[in-house]
Amino acid sequence: MTDHELIWRIAGGSGDGIASTSQNFAKALMRAGLHVFTHRHYPSRIRGGHTYTEVRVSADPVKSRGDGYNFLLALGDSFARNPSEGAYYGNEEIKPLSENLDELDEGGVIVYDSGLLDASEIEDFDERVEENDWHVYDIDLRTIAREHGREVMRNTAGVAVTCAIAGIEPDVIKSLMADAMPDKILEPNLTVFDDAYEMVQEEYDVEAPDVSAPTGEHDEEQVLLSGSDAIAYGAIDEGCRFIAGYPMTPWTEVFTIMTQNLPELGGISEQVEDEIAAAALAIGASHAGVKAMSGSSGGGFSLMSEPLGLAEITETPLVLVEAMRAGPSTGMPTKPEQSDLEHVLYTSQGDSHRIVFAPGTAAEAYYQTRKAFQIAYEYQIPSIVLYDQKLGGELSNVPASVFDEEPNADLGSVLTEAELEDAPHDDSGKYQRFQHDTENGVSPRSLPGQKGGRYLATGNEHMPAGHISESPENRVAQMNRRMQKVDNIRAELDADGEFNTVHGDEDADLGLITFGSQQGTVEEAADVLNEKGHSVKVLGVSEMMPFPKQEVADFLDSVDEALVVEMTASAQFRGLISKELGGYGDQMSSLLKYNGNPFEPADIVEGFETALLEGEELPDNRTKFVPKVGE
Amino acid sequence: MSAFSAIGEETEQDQNEFTPGLEPQPTWCPGCGDFGVLKALKGAAAELGLSPDEMMVTTGIGCSGKLNSYFNSYGFHTIHGRSLPIARAAKLANPGLTVVAAGGDGDGYGIGGNHFMHTARENHDITYIVFNNEIFGLTKGQTSPTSPMGHKSKTQPHGSAKTPLRPLSMSLNSGASYVARTAAVNPNQAKDIIVEAIQHDGFSHVDFLTQCPTWNKDARQYVPYIDINDSDDYEFDNTNRSEASEMMFETENALHEGTVLTGRYYVDEDRPSYQQEKQRIGEMPEEPLAERYFDDSYEWERTFDNFLDKHK
Repeated sequence: MTDHELIWRIAGGSGDGIASTSQNFAKALMRAGLHVFTHRHYPSRIRGGHTYTEVRVSADPVKSRGDGYNFLLALGDSFARNPSEGAYYGNEEIKPLSENLDELDEGGVIVYDSGLLDASEIEDFDERVEENDWHVYDIDLRTIAREHGREVMRNTAGVAVTCAIAGIEPDVIKSLMADAMPDKILEPNLTVFDDAYEMVQEEYDVEAPDVSAPTGEHDEEQVLLSGSDAIAYGAIDEGCRFIAGYPMTPWTEVFTIMTQNLPELGGISEQVEDEIAAAALAIGASHAGVKAMSGSSGGGFSLMSEPLGLAEITETPLVLVEAMRAGPSTGMPTKPEQSDLEHVLYTSQGDSHRIVFAPGTAAEAYYQTRKAFQIAYEYQIPSIVLYDQKLGGELSNVPASVFDEEPNADLGSVLTEAELEDAPHDDSGKYQRFQHDTENGVSPRSLPGQKGGRYLATGNEHMPAGHISESPENRVAQMNRRMQKVDNIRAELDADGEFNTVHGDEDADLGLITFGSQQGTVEEAADVLNEKGHSVKVLGVSEMMPFPKQEVADFLDSVDEALVVEMTASAQFRGLISKELGGYGDQMSSLLKYNGNPFEPADIVEGFETALLEGEELPDNRTKFVPKVGE
Repeated sequence: MSAFSAIGEETEQDQNEFTPGLEPQPTWCPGCGDFGVLKALKGAAAELGLSPDEMMVTTGIGCSGKLNSYFNSYGFHTIHGRSLPIARAAKLANPGLTVVAAGGDGDGYGIGGNHFMHTARENHDITYIVFNNEIFGLTKGQTSPTSPMGHKSKTQPHGSAKTPLRPLSMSLNSGASYVARTAAVNPNQAKDIIVEAIQHDGFSHVDFLTQCPTWNKDARQYVPYIDINDSDDYEFDNTNRSEASEMMFETENALHEGTVLTGRYYVDEDRPSYQQEKQRIGEMPEEPLAERYFDDSYEWERTFDNFLDKHK
């Protein structure tokens, strides 16, 4: 086992096969016994535009993309919109090489396709190479690919070169290619691979690699999947067999995975006219007795505001997922941000009562999606899984055993026809589906078509059998009962105590607090800080509503001060903590990032040491420090 | 055994079965056309032998939205313009249900117009009744999508500069497979049309002229009316799309010239419903999905067995 890591970045244009190539590379190394974690960077375009995927490879478990990277495979943008220097967006063809140099570690490796790219077009390229001690391999991947296949296979050639330089056994990749590729394209790809691999072996000294891949072993079987996969699988294992949606990046991934899998499960997927309809269809299906979901990203979720409130007042179980991206409005469609937090917590008129989970990892996304369904159907309330482009799209290895769970198709608090016979009805035979006094605030529902179960569901305030009423007494009774459910859910989550995570030394005197997808990155930053002699622990919050007040207050009470880390520009999460706890403003500072890229551990280490501890300005505008109240 | 035994049960119904035995009394004004819809729907449900527990009536917002408050069945009084997406999902979830959606002209042709077009396009097997009074009633008389050009109201003080929307033509062009117009003043025709609409396998759209005596006093009370299917003056084949289209165009023009034309404008019995199309391509189960959750012998699939291999 080696203690170093390979962080490999494959860069090209949209349409150059970057995503599939990197996914195969990551899976191959996972199969070889390594831990992997990917990060995708891509524009909102079909063809062309600089895109890259990073694959972090380690012998030990990894929780983030890591800091910087040490191996660049620059394919060049073969679909570049305008290769001329004077173009508005610059020379796009060269960007996969030129744009990636700033973050490359000292001593790192550059492989670029000299068939497409001319490094002399990059200002001071040779000087920078020398200054940073980079090892450059200019290889005509395009010609190798053309000789035995098609030009697009230059990514296979690039992977082969990577293997030769970083000391990865060819069979690791080739056996995966055999699984992943249809026969017709497998043969030429294997030839391209061998040619490129042998060429490097012959022409370069690869005995002492500049950057090499680690070796390792897993103690149990792993699967490579994304947060979007995990959310979809959580829904399927809870018996969700109906989804309605409208495409929008990045939520489309969950919608697509569900849609592709539901037919074989005898389920139904509906792509509909807009997100208002999507949420309304999920309500209609759930009302009729099918476990259902919908979802969207920021703009589409805005359209779901009104149906969301309808689900609250009609007490219709509803599960929505919201994949955040940089806003406001269309913002940056393919870039992660966490700035829909307040939107999701409070949108729709009236006093909101809903459940919001923000999972931090793929495994948490699976468990929390399942819990979201359980609560929605047991308590007849909307549950929302809040995630973002980062968690949704990043791939990591997860033990297969995480998914070795029993399915649960329980519809929750629903009566059978036999139970309806003894249930209270009004004089016209309508079932009193919204009774005032119930044990836990939940009044069990009936389903259309059940004998003796008819009632009126309405978005107006209503009497026990559903009839519209503006009586003050009834209003308060119904409102209190609905709100009481939230308190009971809070108590249930407290008893479970499994979703929020604390990382680090219990006695640490400084805290980092974050929510959702930043959790792993913040934990790695804390590990670095502790190695440097600080005393830091991390609270990762997943239960956004109802808020875990006691747990967060206990954490804040146990530290001198805390840095709240979030991908928003207005410190929404810190605001939520202050609102919910009614204080602690003089104990919390914020580190914010909203430039379109998720935090790297080093951003947090820097913010913590430079801004929080030393009180100095941060060197650039990548992140923003907001001091605690009174400073 | 079905968990939904009300569905398909042989029953003999009196239309009073669909009148709630208890308050609430309708809040509609005396002389309102909405009473006509309620009566026609009750009559149609009884004639079809439906039981209150196998019907689901979804409504939007407005005076029309109160329909299911006064009709004794499962009801879902939704939000403005959204009765159709909720109705069609309930039908997909449990196709045995008889699903009727209803709303006003503002609800269905204005704020919910997108859903109307797409539900018609997809040809869901549901019935949609639009209470068309050419005005917003509950909010006290504003101009609506079907108000005639020049209509004056507090929100259009100089008279509407907009031509009214053509509900029948829009329905046909969107893909509805049964399109009819009836009027509250014509109770027998109204009941018969709703019977046919419910029986039709596909999306049935009934544009129901409902006079508003309070806010649209100047408008006609939709009398006298002419049934185009019975009148010798209006020969056309309502299974022929282009003839139907012409008849609709003429009808929509005539309404604003003082002639009330009603009847069955388009009937396509050959087009499969959306449910049938979806089953044909393997994207909808043959057994009602809602039943599965009550089937103790059903072995629910799980990720671990079905989907993990491709991630290994």
